[in-house]
Amino acid sequence: MIKYIKSFILFELLQGMFLTLKYMFKAKVTINYPHEKGPLSPRFRGEHALRRYPSGEERCIACKLCEAVCPAQAITIEAEPREDGSRRTTRYDIDMSKCIYCGLCQESCPVDAIVEGPNFEFATETREELMYTKEKLLENGDRWEQEIAQNIYLDRKYR
Amino acid sequence: MNSFSYLNDLIIPGGIIIAQIMAVLMPVLISVAFLVYAERKVLALIQLRRGPNVVGPFGILQSFADALKLLTKENIVPANSNKIVFLLAPIITMVLSLAGWAVIPFAPNWVLADINVGIMYLFAVSSLGVYGIIMAGWASNSQYPFLGALRSAAQMVSYEVSIGFVIITVLLCVGSLNLSKIVEAQETVWFAIPLLPMFVVFFISALAETNRLPFDLPEDESTLVAGFFTEYSSASFVLFFLGEYASMILMSSMTVILFMGGWLPPFDIFPLNAVPGVIWFVIKVIFILFLFIWVRGTFPRYRYDQLMRLGWKIFLPLSLLWVVLTAGFLIVFDMVPNSL
Repeated sequence: MIKYIKSFILFELLQGMFLTLKYMFKAKVTINYPHEKGPLSPRFRGEHALRRYPSGEERCIACKLCEAVCPAQAITIEAEPREDGSRRTTRYDIDMSKCIYCGLCQESCPVDAIVEGPNFEFATETREELMYTKEKLLENGDRWEQEIAQNIYLDRKYR
Repeated sequence: MNSFSYLNDLIIPGGIIIAQIMAVLMPVLISVAFLVYAERKVLALIQLRRGPNVVGPFGILQSFADALKLLTKENIVPANSNKIVFLLAPIITMVLSLAGWAVIPFAPNWVLADINVGIMYLFAVSSLGVYGIIMAGWASNSQYPFLGALRSAAQMVSYEVSIGFVIITVLLCVGSLNLSKIVEAQETVWFAIPLLPMFVVFFISALAETNRLPFDLPEDESTLVAGFFTEYSSASFVLFFLGEYASMILMSSMTVILFMGGWLPPFDIFPLNAVPGVIWFVIKVIFILFLFIWVRGTFPRYRYDQLMRLGWKIFLPLSLLWVVLTAGFLIVFDMVPNSL
């Protein structure tokens, strides 16, 4: 009997409507994306970058560990001794369309040269632009150095 | 007959009527655009999203951007459809949903056609809306629109029966079919209070009549793609969309006139009765439209057999019973309106 009365006065329906009305005034969960961005972990694995020492010398010593460990075989490295006798890369290419962002390259790197930075907004209009060369990677390193250094510092306990 | 009488008998009154029609229909069409925006915004707020907020301040121009996009697209007519009926269907839907506005009184004497059978006209026009849908479903020559059209036909017929009985209860209390008289009869108390169950039945039937959630089976996205307008694109889609929302506003105005005292203020006291009637009318219509959207944001879609059960086994007996009760009450207490 009570069940019938309840269904006739639409008790549960009104309850539901008050719930949705309450939700209308709650704080929104959507982030207004291009203007606001969500928090990123210091371990976030985004766009790659090749770092330099503070002196301006590039860190990479062409050990090719990253090339060897890369499961997608996205990295191609060619190396030669430079005039001063140090071993440097002449070519360091990453095919970003192959990369799976596993982060094994930055973990294998003995000198923290190749890192995955916090940048994830590097969509391009053509496929060719995703074939990153050494110049592009070094430029990324120069642009994101501050953030990358900060992230490495924050993650120091776990490395 | 000289040329002056043409001017006096045809051109001037004709021009005045056209101007009056424009004065009613332009605000209706513009409010459709804002209704679509309000619907998206309210649904978004209920679902903890933000809704459109890019085009114009707070995104209020979103509907205009959408309309512009749709109108510049190609109008695709399926090869094996019945082309004339296919193109006629959205026009009929649109025209019918606008035709009903002829008898809506916005304020005392603010009505295009103050006819004595206003409520019958309104009921007839809103019932004819099903033709546009059936024509669209049949002419598309495709299974989903056809199913949508069949569902819509059955649904509208079922709910019109109970809407008819609800209207009869109101008419018993008023004693006139003129919409202005119906509003004036509510001067002491809005019919929503003594006839509360009928108000609820009418509102729910109005949801079914305008194919709104939780009764949007004719255009059931999850099973019928888009129901009867699956095959429509561009301008004909816009016409369907406008027609649907215009008939939603029309049904809300009908609810307001029948149950919420049209242009009358809630209490006949000083600061309230100084506000022009049309403002009260608009406020009440907005409230009912908000209810439409709120219900949409709250309830899931009915299953088809549940929809039919609700219409025939609950609403029909309930409204029939209420007609008898009201009639008996009026006779016993000798309150039958004098014009009956």
